[in-house]
Amino acid sequence: MTDQSLPSHAAPALSASSLNKTFTVRGNGLGKPARHVHAVSDFSFDLPTGSTLGIVGESGCGKSTTARLLMHLVEPDSGQIRLSGEPVGTAKRDLKQFRRKVQMVFQDSSASLNPRLTIEQSITFAPMVHGVSAKEARETAWRLLDRVGLDPARFAGRYPHELSGGQRQRVNIARALALNPKVVIFDEAVSALDKSVEAQVLNLLNELKAEFGLSYIFISHDLNVVRYISDHVLVMYLGQVVEQGPVEQIYAAPRHPYTRALLASMPSADPDQRTMAAPISGDPPSPIDLPPGCRFAPRCAFAEGICNTMPYELRHGDARVRCHISDPQSGHSKAEAAQ
Amino acid sequence: MLGYILKRLLYAVPVTLAVSIICFSLVQLAPGDPLTVVLPADASQEIVDQTRARYGLDKPLPTQYLLWLGNVLQGDLGTSIASGRSVASEIGHAIGYTLSVAVLACLLALVVGLALGLVAGYAMGSPVDKLASATAISGVSVPHYWLGIVLVVFFSVKLGWFPAMGAGRSGQSLGDALSFMILPVLTMAAMPAGIITRSVRALVAEKLGQEFVTALRAKGMTSPQIFAHVVKNAAPTALAVIGVQMGYLMAGSILVETVFAWPGTGLLLNNAILTRDIPLLQGTILVLALIFVALNLIVDILQPLFDPRIQRA
Amino acid sequence: MTVSEITLPTTQPTRSQGYWSNVWHKLLRDRVSVACMIVLALIILSAIFAPLLTSYDPAVGSVVQRLKPPFTEGYILGTDELGRDMLTRLLYGGRMSLIMGILPVLLALVIGGTLGTVAGFVGGWTNTIIMRATDVVFAFPSILLAVAIAGALGSGLLNALIALTVVLIPPMVRVTESATTQVRSLDFVEAARASGAGGLTIIRVHILGNILAPVVVYATSLLSVAIIMSAGLSFIGLGAKPPTPEWGLMLNTLRSAIYSQPLIAALPGVFIFAVSLSFNLLSDGLRSAMDMS
Repeated sequence: MTDQSLPSHAAPALSASSLNKTFTVRGNGLGKPARHVHAVSDFSFDLPTGSTLGIVGESGCGKSTTARLLMHLVEPDSGQIRLSGEPVGTAKRDLKQFRRKVQMVFQDSSASLNPRLTIEQSITFAPMVHGVSAKEARETAWRLLDRVGLDPARFAGRYPHELSGGQRQRVNIARALALNPKVVIFDEAVSALDKSVEAQVLNLLNELKAEFGLSYIFISHDLNVVRYISDHVLVMYLGQVVEQGPVEQIYAAPRHPYTRALLASMPSADPDQRTMAAPISGDPPSPIDLPPGCRFAPRCAFAEGICNTMPYELRHGDARVRCHISDPQSGHSKAEAAQ
Repeated sequence: MLGYILKRLLYAVPVTLAVSIICFSLVQLAPGDPLTVVLPADASQEIVDQTRARYGLDKPLPTQYLLWLGNVLQGDLGTSIASGRSVASEIGHAIGYTLSVAVLACLLALVVGLALGLVAGYAMGSPVDKLASATAISGVSVPHYWLGIVLVVFFSVKLGWFPAMGAGRSGQSLGDALSFMILPVLTMAAMPAGIITRSVRALVAEKLGQEFVTALRAKGMTSPQIFAHVVKNAAPTALAVIGVQMGYLMAGSILVETVFAWPGTGLLLNNAILTRDIPLLQGTILVLALIFVALNLIVDILQPLFDPRIQRA
Repeated sequence: MTVSEITLPTTQPTRSQGYWSNVWHKLLRDRVSVACMIVLALIILSAIFAPLLTSYDPAVGSVVQRLKPPFTEGYILGTDELGRDMLTRLLYGGRMSLIMGILPVLLALVIGGTLGTVAGFVGGWTNTIIMRATDVVFAFPSILLAVAIAGALGSGLLNALIALTVVLIPPMVRVTESATTQVRSLDFVEAARASGAGGLTIIRVHILGNILAPVVVYATSLLSVAIIMSAGLSFIGLGAKPPTPEWGLMLNTLRSAIYSQPLIAALPGVFIFAVSLSFNLLSDGLRSAMDMS
């Protein structure tokens, strides 16, 4: 199976190759050793211009760390991020330029707005940091507020606590767009909203994407939402990408046991769509003490000897499924069957 | 538990050392040559040379500090300029007076603070609560040296009940000795009593608002049982406050002891300031600060015993 | 779909009440806080305009008029042990006492606030160094350290000011540090970083406004402590020197009058108490006025 949806002619809006991030929990110096949390390992993807990449996974799988890595809010231990094909430098000036181009919308609409600033002040902050005049920034803010569906005359002078969650998230979207970015990362941005509000915001996001020529990275634990908004999907488990591909392919024919289990647990409106596959049981292992073999092996229904001893390494150009079953040469007893 | 105690003790070591460094540097802070600061103006050349050698005043500061620390560890805090006696014996003589008044004041504050705090917390919003809270914030805000003067005016000058000053003479009856203590104790108890009232009041209100009290009530537990439960929860807080306040009282006694001419460490400090007796000042400050550190340490170690909810991390 | 063109109106849009004007209005509804503000304003204004309120010289007395009781002809509050008008000395005394109580808190607010904000915002080793240094000062009871420093430096207003400031800095550092640490981890700070803003800009726009409330509450309660401590230092001869009128010093010199004119002997303390109590109550009032979501 080849991945035809990745255009080779144009550089992707954003791409990452082999990102790694380990956090060290300091020991206390009294016999308690320092421990390492493997938040993100060997993380790679391409985000084609104008598309939306969905990232799904259970909570604690490293989705939010990934978002912060991509924003350069956290520096990766190794690996590279490219913006329109250009590597991102770590010098202050390079970062500042990078941040014009990549913006983020957070989950908690309330915590992500400064309670002491008016809506207008929150939106104009970023452009003014980048040298836009106060008047111009204000015009941008008013135009964007209007665009995200908030009457500027009513809302510009208000404070965040006077707004509903959905309204606040619209403000956050306007703020992210104020710098005229190329890529916007949504970190569980609609998860806290009511379903009806969520739908409105998702539609708004689709409109804005076309209108402003944006590319999205959409992180969520909600598989329905990801399916609705994404072109490509990337499934994360314990800091690793276990499967990625076009959205229809992943949802219609998931290949990694984790993806299958995840989809099986997905609530569906259509009773015929409900699968009988075993849902995953138990909690993921701690990212501190990782299993020696495949990270999903302890919870996998198909795990056997090789899975527990040897992790499956992704090879360049293969089908992007991190599972021994997907590889006929792996020696897994079910490998053939999967093909 | 043992690990926790050990950790607290270990943490106290750098703090104690830092305290000693600050006390050591007080002599450096004083204007003038350290030698003239620690010696009487009419000291003979012989004594000058002796002192310089003993404190290593011609050596670099770290060496001086270590020499000083060595002396301190052997109980040698230097010699008082004013009296010519050793600072250690001066403090040894005075500390008992300060300690006795501070202990009595703490006990009084504990009783009054707990009672007022419980009453106020139980009757939140009532006139009784308002009165108790007003008393408490007055106790916290009152300049205690002025409170001492007011008490003297009332009880000594107007009513003639208690002596206004001093500690009496040696060999007096216990009753006489106590009569000298009453006003200083009342004065010193005001602030900690206010602080305890305020924290106990807040705690009681919090406890009464908690779900499990509602649950206890639902289970048919009667008010005395709930009251006992609340007291059991409030006591550790009150004890912790009083432990720390004890240190504050002993250290802050300088003002109160000045008012009552109470012959404790505070009066010692006051005399040291008036006569610019820097060795006496330094020694007394060091001892009082170490007592404060020790009391804090004891509170830290004891608190989890009374209150297992406090994390031993 | 096109972005509709919005023309900025010439009039101001509906602007909501800001946080601080909200706090202010809440404070004005609290009778105790209003009373405290009035008391403080009266004391401060009367100290500033003392020369307009009295014709006596605070330093000059008349031996024949020593220790006159209050309501004596010409001396509303009587005279002190050197025959000086008590009211005059109390008014002028307020100048020194208020300055010595308020100035160290302001200095500690600036110095300690800066250190605390930096420690909280930068974190890491910077935080460790600043906070451990703060811990050391906390190992001393504040009044003892103030006495130690002022005692070693020698008596005098400047030395007392230094001693008080040094003592008040650490609590200020702790309060700002913990407030900053809390705010720093909020998403809007992260969002500001993500928009390319530098550390100082983030502190100015996003941190300061959000830590101000707890810091102001705390500083107000410190004013109460500082007034008592500074007058206390003068009381034991470590601050103002005679004949400077200062409440703490007056309390001390009037101790000789405790038997003959007890009322006058206690009078300066009433002012220290009133100021200290007012600041404490005001701090409580501010705390509940700011406690809103």
